[in-house]
Amino acid sequence: MQREGQVRIPSGCAISAMISLKGAATTGEAITKSMVPMRDRSNGLGGGFAGYGIYPDFQDFYAFHVFFDDVAAQKECEKYLKEGYEIVKSEPIPIRKIPEITDVPIIWRYFVAPLQSVLSRLQLDEKEFVARTVIKINSQFQGSYVFSSGKNMGAFKAVGFPEDVGRFYRLEEYAGYAWTAHGRYPTNTPGWWGGAHPFGILDYTVVHNGEISSYDANRRFIEMFGYKCSLQTDTEVIAYIADYLLRRQKLTLEETAAVIAAPFWSVVDSLPQKESEQLSYLRKVFPSLLLTGPFSIVLGFDGGLMALNDRLKLRSMVVAEKDDMRYVASEEAAIRIMAPNAEKVYAPAGGEPVIFKVQKGAL
Amino acid sequence: MSVQYLSSEFDVVRNLERCVSCNLCVRECANGVHRIDERSRKLVVDESKCVDCQRCVAMCPTRALKIVKNENSFKENANWSADLISEIVKQSNTGAVLLSSMGAPKPTPVYWDRILINASQVTNPSIDPLREPMETRVFLGKKPEQIRRASDGSLDVSMEPQLVLETPVMFSAMSYGSISYNAHESLARAAQELGVFYNTGEGGLHEDFYRYGANTIVQVASGRFGVHEDYLNAGAAIEIKMGQGAKPGVGGHLPGAKIVGDVSRTRMIPEGVDAISPAPHHDVYSIEDLRQLVYSLKEATRRTKPIIVKVAAVHNIAAIASGVARSGADIIAIDGFRGGTGAAPTRIRDNVGIPVELALAAVDERLRAEGIRNNVSLVVGGSIRNAADVVKAIALGADACYIATAALIALGCRLCRSCQTGRCNWGIATQRPELVQRLDPNVGARRLVNLLSAWRHEIKELMGGMGINSIETLRGNRLMLRGIGMTEKELDILGIKHAGE
Repeated sequence: MQREGQVRIPSGCAISAMISLKGAATTGEAITKSMVPMRDRSNGLGGGFAGYGIYPDFQDFYAFHVFFDDVAAQKECEKYLKEGYEIVKSEPIPIRKIPEITDVPIIWRYFVAPLQSVLSRLQLDEKEFVARTVIKINSQFQGSYVFSSGKNMGAFKAVGFPEDVGRFYRLEEYAGYAWTAHGRYPTNTPGWWGGAHPFGILDYTVVHNGEISSYDANRRFIEMFGYKCSLQTDTEVIAYIADYLLRRQKLTLEETAAVIAAPFWSVVDSLPQKESEQLSYLRKVFPSLLLTGPFSIVLGFDGGLMALNDRLKLRSMVVAEKDDMRYVASEEAAIRIMAPNAEKVYAPAGGEPVIFKVQKGAL
Repeated sequence: MSVQYLSSEFDVVRNLERCVSCNLCVRECANGVHRIDERSRKLVVDESKCVDCQRCVAMCPTRALKIVKNENSFKENANWSADLISEIVKQSNTGAVLLSSMGAPKPTPVYWDRILINASQVTNPSIDPLREPMETRVFLGKKPEQIRRASDGSLDVSMEPQLVLETPVMFSAMSYGSISYNAHESLARAAQELGVFYNTGEGGLHEDFYRYGANTIVQVASGRFGVHEDYLNAGAAIEIKMGQGAKPGVGGHLPGAKIVGDVSRTRMIPEGVDAISPAPHHDVYSIEDLRQLVYSLKEATRRTKPIIVKVAAVHNIAAIASGVARSGADIIAIDGFRGGTGAAPTRIRDNVGIPVELALAAVDERLRAEGIRNNVSLVVGGSIRNAADVVKAIALGADACYIATAALIALGCRLCRSCQTGRCNWGIATQRPELVQRLDPNVGARRLVNLLSAWRHEIKELMGGMGINSIETLRGNRLMLRGIGMTEKELDILGIKHAGE
């Protein structure tokens, strides 16, 4: 049977997310529990989380979370890393042995800083260099897979139900200002850990429920810019699109949403001239980064979250709030676990970005 | 009587019980197949002149006529087919190069027919185009590499000139001269109504049609016929024709007999003189020369018009397209092996060039590998036969398609492949006033609008089935295609998987 990446595997899913606008830290326990009532949306073949603000002691270093098939792969990968990075800490990611999670690979994390000498030789900025490193390892180093690569944040994922994955990674021991979660229902998978969500590049992570019909158009476009879609999953290509539009094209979050869930021409044509021109421009310039087909995604980034549905709203997604907390989930039931008295529960319209940012100076 | 080396290709079958001797067939046939015998005053037939254009059949009020293949046959021979024998006879009669028109009729593989389209089942929903918006608008032209901001922080929306198409199908180049005034008017009016474009071909633009300029692509070909400043500025885009799929490496030849009246004036050449387009442009012997021509035309139109470079699909098309994409061209049009023509040497038409499916796949992949796919839009033609071909072409990587043969069929053409004779009974490929008037531009435009409207519905239906509601996300979406009955190599070039994979 072909491994994920050699074959494209569609999947349905559950997502959940929370953020404190005041930047207050919450442990990973609540987000883990939020996935329990949505168990039917997963099938035990993938679960994962991303936490933001979880590594305050190492916030100046990129945290690489890596799966290795074996020690040989790890040695080879470390040798490569050392050529470009100072590794300030290298350790296994702590886990809890539980019967629900099996076939555990080597799960390691590195806190690293790119070597200035290497950056100046390659004439690259730091983030671009890190992004290229991750893409290179994931596409060329057999048996190594970097699944998290941002600063002061981290993704945790495995084959299993999400609530088991949360316990496995001892998420109650981490505290962050924002969390996202994902439960996966792949229709056909050999069950590889790298295929679970979230998927991330730098501090951008994506959890996604849906199956985009535009996948290959998106993939073939984004691969022109140095990205390599080694997993053939929607989530991977969406993360790369977000990185390309936000970091490399320097679009705003709203503009990014207007590219990937572009309003219909019938709407654009009826808007006031200035607004219509701006939206038309984005559509003309980035037509191949429009996503069609059903999706609900939560994009995590340094300092915030953006929730977005496809423009026809073909997947469920609700948001709610309580005090300084904001919540997003596939189902309200998940939000009620995190905040039983959550208020202002509503379902954003298709293509309407919901952006939550931690207040300035709070972090 | 001399030896008749060839028997006629067709038999004209007249049902005498139905025929009322109205003689309409006599008046309709410009080839002189039907005639009234002067002595007997009876209807007689000279089937040797018949080209099977089906005009008499279509016009006969009592449906008394049919044209069938002549059953007379050479002795069967798997090596020497009847076509081959006939061609040798014709050449030994005349000593001349064989001429043909329309696209190559030989059974070379049609890859469109070996490609199947995907549809959604269970894991994502199909979309009903009757209930949900289904977008087919595309923009052709160069896209900026990096966005820029105005001083107020908003996006600087200026960009290279673009063509906007409401349906990704345009009418490709057919010159005034090779086809009639009424055919051009039909195309122009249909393009305007459909929100797409038609193409003047290399014959200049008749002064009456300047008013359709917003939906016109003006062509500059190697003969430069009809090219002047107003002409260049009259259209929405300019196409430099470097080659044509039906006759790559060969120029054009419009016989003096067709250079009459308005055709002569529009082409800016004397009446009765053969219009010969050289094989190459004599100012374009290299890619750097092409760049100069592209920028000359941009300057002549104050950089307001996208420049299309049309090339024939030949063996090295990917590298050629890569060069063109770096030449300043905004759009590359690739014309395939099976593309039509008003006249081409038969040997060239049937043996030179490659199918557009393979050329398109190779070019799209090459431009992406070089990271320059955004520099240009890709338009493909030769031959796109229906809405499924359009969908497949776009999924392989085209931005839009060109059609011409299909448009002519809508106007009445029945592919008799005799355009070069100038006796088109349907009023399309002729300049004889009595024939031209048979094509009513009101009817012609309506039929073309009907055709593309029908295709647009079908395109939307196919897109909806795939769960795609915007044509942009179909473009280059090769996972939506599967091959059937193809070799590994063919699949590899097309960049698609085999059905079942």
